[in-house]
Amino acid sequence: MERARDKFLPVTIILAALVVVWYVGAVMLNAPFQRDLDRRGDVTRSTMDFVGATLSQPKPTLPAPHQVARNFFENTFLRKVSSNRSLVYHAWITLSSTLLGFAFGTALGIAIAVGIVHFISLDRSLMPWIIASQTIPILAIAPMVIVVFAAIGVTGIIPKALISTYLSFFPVVVGMVKGLRSPELTHLDLMHTYNASSAQTFWKLRVPASVPFLFASMKVGVAASLVGAIVAELPTGAVAGIGAKLLSGSYYSQSIDMWAALVAGSVVAVILVTLVGLAGRITEKMMGARPA
Amino acid sequence: MTLSGETETQAISQPAGPAVVEATKLGLTFETGDGPVRALSDVDLSIGKGEFVSFIGPSGCGKTTFLRVIADLEQPSEGTITVNGMSPREAREARAYGYVFQAAALFPWRTIDRNVALPLEIMGVSKAEQAERIKRTMDLVNLTGFGNKYPWQLSGGMQQRASIARALAFDADLLLMDEPFGALDEIVRDHLNEQLLELWARTTKTICFVTHSIPEAVYLSTRIVVMSPRPGRVTDVIESTLPKERPLDIRETPEFLAIAARVRDGLRAGHSYDE
Repeated sequence: MERARDKFLPVTIILAALVVVWYVGAVMLNAPFQRDLDRRGDVTRSTMDFVGATLSQPKPTLPAPHQVARNFFENTFLRKVSSNRSLVYHAWITLSSTLLGFAFGTALGIAIAVGIVHFISLDRSLMPWIIASQTIPILAIAPMVIVVFAAIGVTGIIPKALISTYLSFFPVVVGMVKGLRSPELTHLDLMHTYNASSAQTFWKLRVPASVPFLFASMKVGVAASLVGAIVAELPTGAVAGIGAKLLSGSYYSQSIDMWAALVAGSVVAVILVTLVGLAGRITEKMMGARPA
Repeated sequence: MTLSGETETQAISQPAGPAVVEATKLGLTFETGDGPVRALSDVDLSIGKGEFVSFIGPSGCGKTTFLRVIADLEQPSEGTITVNGMSPREAREARAYGYVFQAAALFPWRTIDRNVALPLEIMGVSKAEQAERIKRTMDLVNLTGFGNKYPWQLSGGMQQRASIARALAFDADLLLMDEPFGALDEIVRDHLNEQLLELWARTTKTICFVTHSIPEAVYLSTRIVVMSPRPGRVTDVIESTLPKERPLDIRETPEFLAIAARVRDGLRAGHSYDE
């Protein structure tokens, strides 16, 4: 309770400040178009009236927070989830490929990390490539991946999930390599005095020691996975998903729709990161970690 | 062990029973960035069954290194050493010794019982026998009832006792202890020293004990090996004339103080403290 309250106030203050800045920005950015409109329609307005008009344009340059909130609320709670306009529907499409890609990425990341920790040759040969892989802009290769897979008849969720995999395996590799190497020298010496095999040292020492590192990197990984899924929807003419919603919004200048989709994406991200964090806390508690 | 200390100044002394640890002309040189460091040089030592031998000396004198050589955690560069008549490696593979580190080194994700069970799991001891041995060793270190706690829930002294239980769990006859009570406060340390002596008397194990506390070494040992640094070497081996039964206040007796004085002299002779 105490901690929740300690967090609540600062977060609320920052949020309120952001909303104020947002409103000011919306008025300033939407003002030129509104002035233009009023001049052509030969309308004269009081200042208050003018400000009100800038905040209620149908296709504003920067939608006001309440416009985005209303759109988000309507498209999330008032539509049937099967509807093409429902944000829940689009979020689910993106979420499913995010989760599949994240599962692939985590599994791949752990496998590579185990290899790197056990074989010095893999450490030397693989690590530079893994780091290089992350310097390639994802926007550049995402369409190629989708197109190449479509050419061999693989479409749908798999190519999208692979983009997520590509982004999420890296933090897991880095975190798990560190985690599997985290046991103290004394613990390793101890296992040595028992004449433990390297499999025993791996399962009884390295794996449990790496668990906190795994969850920390999975938190980064799941967020990257979501970005990957959205990016994979952007350049491919996908018809559903948060990325598709962003794209169609930009085609038709539906700025409010775009912002609402962005909010939906962040909500999904917050939920995913929170869930991974929670799973991590529960696991560590079950492993007897001292309550923080 | 009731030999008079005065005639026993030479570095080699013959223990009564068969040798558990036998080192001859043992030397170890570490290659470091600043050139080679002689951690051990010309160590001749024989430790008999059932002895309690303390190694004392300033840091860098090689006392821990010697213990680690016995445990096959370091490889000697010259001389020979046998443990139970075998090479240290064979002895380790035969699980001939239990090692207690300076830090308790318990696995934080295991309860105390599961920590004590760790070596048993590794050695493939059956579940039923594990339970029996855990109970026995936890009794031995007076930790009965704490088996389900996690390490962080125990005090430092209790953690160290748990790590001793873990070293005892698989019934090795040799116990290697590297400054096990160094990080504990004086009162806890006194208490654990008393308990350790009691445990030693009950189990007839051979114990090699590294310390830098003179009272601790004199109180616990049947023999005290005084070492000095640069290069790490044995400067004196002192047979204790104290009786096997040792209440804590034996530390006030003239006999105790005489031995302590000799250890202190040995330390002074081997090391210039002006450096």
